[in-house]
Amino acid sequence: MDPLKHVEKELKKCVKCGACRAHCPAFAAWQREPAAARGKVALAQHLMKEDITLDDQTYLAMSKCLLCGSCVEKCPNEVPTDEIVIAAREALAQKRGLTTFHKAVGRVIGNRKLMNFGAMAAAILGPLFFRKVPATSGLRLRFPLPFVGGKRHIPQLAKKPFLDRHPEVIQGELGKPRIVFFVGCMTNFVYTEVGEAALALFRHLGCTVIIPKDQQCCGLPGMSGGDLATVRELAEKNLTALEKYEADYIMTACATCGGALHKFYPLVVGKRSPELMARLKAIAEKTVDAAQLLQQLGLHPAETGAGESLTITYHDPCHLRTRGITRQPRELLKGTPGVELAEMEGADKCCGLGGTFNVYHYDTSLRINAGKSEAILNTGAEAVVTGCPGCMMQLSDGLKQAGARTRVMHTLEILARKLR
Amino acid sequence: MLDEPIIQRLKEIVGAENIATETQDLICNSYDATQMEFLPDAVVYPGNAEEISRVLKLANGERIPVFPRGAGSGFSGGALPKGGGIVLVTTRLNRILRIDQENLLAEVEPGVVTEHFQQEVEKLGLFYPPDPASLKFSTLGGNVSENAGGPRAVKYGVTRDFVMGLEVVLPTGEIIRTGGETYKGVVGYDLTRLLVGSEGTLGVVTKIIFKLLPYPEAKKTMLTTFDSIDGAARAVSTIIGNKIIPTTLEFMDHATLQCVDRRFNLGLPAEARAVLLIEVDGDRELIEKQAAKIHEVIKPLGLVEFKVAKDAAESEALWKVRRLVSPSLRDVNPDKYNEDIVVPRSKVPDVIRRIEQIQQKYDIPIVNFGHAGDGNIHVNIMIDKAVPGMEEKAHGAIADVFRAALDLGGTMSGEHGVGLSKQPFIPLELSPAQIATMQAIKKALDPNNILNPGKMFPV
Repeated sequence: MDPLKHVEKELKKCVKCGACRAHCPAFAAWQREPAAARGKVALAQHLMKEDITLDDQTYLAMSKCLLCGSCVEKCPNEVPTDEIVIAAREALAQKRGLTTFHKAVGRVIGNRKLMNFGAMAAAILGPLFFRKVPATSGLRLRFPLPFVGGKRHIPQLAKKPFLDRHPEVIQGELGKPRIVFFVGCMTNFVYTEVGEAALALFRHLGCTVIIPKDQQCCGLPGMSGGDLATVRELAEKNLTALEKYEADYIMTACATCGGALHKFYPLVVGKRSPELMARLKAIAEKTVDAAQLLQQLGLHPAETGAGESLTITYHDPCHLRTRGITRQPRELLKGTPGVELAEMEGADKCCGLGGTFNVYHYDTSLRINAGKSEAILNTGAEAVVTGCPGCMMQLSDGLKQAGARTRVMHTLEILARKLR
Repeated sequence: MLDEPIIQRLKEIVGAENIATETQDLICNSYDATQMEFLPDAVVYPGNAEEISRVLKLANGERIPVFPRGAGSGFSGGALPKGGGIVLVTTRLNRILRIDQENLLAEVEPGVVTEHFQQEVEKLGLFYPPDPASLKFSTLGGNVSENAGGPRAVKYGVTRDFVMGLEVVLPTGEIIRTGGETYKGVVGYDLTRLLVGSEGTLGVVTKIIFKLLPYPEAKKTMLTTFDSIDGAARAVSTIIGNKIIPTTLEFMDHATLQCVDRRFNLGLPAEARAVLLIEVDGDRELIEKQAAKIHEVIKPLGLVEFKVAKDAAESEALWKVRRLVSPSLRDVNPDKYNEDIVVPRSKVPDVIRRIEQIQQKYDIPIVNFGHAGDGNIHVNIMIDKAVPGMEEKAHGAIADVFRAALDLGGTMSGEHGVGLSKQPFIPLELSPAQIATMQAIKKALDPNNILNPGKMFPV
């Protein structure tokens, strides 16, 4: 089936008003209509009519989307451009085959063993760490040039992944919520301290925390490349892992993983695999962001986060903001003794990471990020705090490029300062 | 198709990176909010007036049509390259050149987005009132070319009322300035007023001098609900009759309210038949008095509910009702024709009644809302193009709506312009002599008819 058929109805909703031009970070960067949400929708409409082909130009236009969802949130006609772009990229991938890079991403995120060998890091974070993937894997990665560019600052990989550090079930008090922790690759391999903070906070509240060992990558990097086969495979594996334990909540500390479970699984995977829909929806309904859940469960940040005085500013990850999670982390942070929140201009603006967008359009991604860095620096804050390890990597990169020493932290790290 | 040598010369003028000829780029510059589509042959993104002048000289010499384009958010097809040619996008000219606080004016380039300009002047305590619904994404150049309006027009007027001077590239390539930096000025014809609203048919605007006002100290938002459409309509003239000119007087009819309520559950009173969203601005004490007076004078007109916003957040909540109108309409039918007739304020009830009759005659849903304060009603004819015959019915209804507006002393379009969509109806409103006068001006400035040809005048 032509993937665009999945969005046929949605494509008709766009009336070309142009409202998305005000909100699309890709348009803001390129200033040309094909980069705007409306342009991409128009091209998808023409793809359906078959008066353009899936050629390089179409590919280029469709690659200029961060899947941030800002346009969807603001569209007067509720056109799901993110879903449309995913479908168009899937059509491109089916027609032309996945690009070498996206093939590599798919193979790596689809294979936990490879991930544990660090090959995932090789694909996602670049061969600064690994010139070659393990010979046994049979993978041949040919990275696009911007990927090996010398400018990029990449965080240190953790010595031991988060999932290997803890037992699967950490028993809490009886009668307290049971929480399944969906860790995500960035927390597992890079920002393990975020995982530790989450664990400490929910244990402080007496919750039972379950960290299923067989959980996988959420698959969003694959989705952004149109590799829906891999995404479906991962979704199925994650369903099995997440359904294994009775739980009240599925908690994520990564905005993107949360977005995948909460929105993209039912919307994209469910549409293509209706037999999974009921299960995907059940998972989606249980999925909550860590900060959102901590507030809901009545965390007193004074008990867990009080510490030395620190001026912070908060960056809204797109995949939290578009789910309406903007107030909760701020309230928790403001309630933390020692912490002073100085709002930046455009806190709700995308950082420019956009999954694999950042690999293909590194310079543009940096340009989007440069505005963010400037806004952060203008506040004079000592640390920028956010709720997404992906954003953390991007913000670190931007701030280092700007020569700033501003720290980049996760909301949970602040909230758990006293527990460490 | 443009010949390769022409493309080469365009590249020399604007730089190879500022011209696009790939099908994908052409598609993305083929549409606007009318949803009509016409493919151009090339898209150029010039960076200054000089380049625009050279593009126009080339086009004029070679007789190639040129279509100026801002954000492409127009409602009348004014920027559409019907028949093919070069689309000239002005968004690279996007600088605010100066904001002069002593003389209360600003000079800008046409590609500046309206809201951005407003935010910048507001930082200095100044005010640029025109507020078309598209202000977050439309450009000032587009606003000037279409003479955009907005809800605040009741008190402050439209874009035209704020344009003091222009720099314009004429179709033959000459760069001229019109008007200037003084409020007064009577030397020669008023070319500024001629060019504002000329829909890109007479020249390409490259600089604009705008008049600014001091930003009002405070504003007050009221959401008033009436048990009849007549009550709401009479409220408009009663408020103004009492010497109060609100900033906005936005009106929504019963059909509109039902649409919004069905989708967003507003919890409006059951007897609600029409809503007026009223805003006053100015001196803090004055607007308190005005709000009280408004309540007093509209009470006897079938007022069901009177909500006043206490702060900015509450004001935003009241405005939300108005902003939800557009997304709700499509629940009625998937496609719409959005017309923007104007009648003298006092004739609003009459025109609404006429539209009700038209709705019955053609048996298609028509939803009305808009700027009642200045008689500008957005008439939305909701159809499903997939249903055979419905589009034809809509065309009949549109013509009748225009006739109703004209019969009552109004006009077919208050804000959107003629472009392509109202072109066939022009003879209803303009006499042959009027059209001939306009065409003579067009011919004098654009002898080869290369700038935005095929628009406005009947074919």
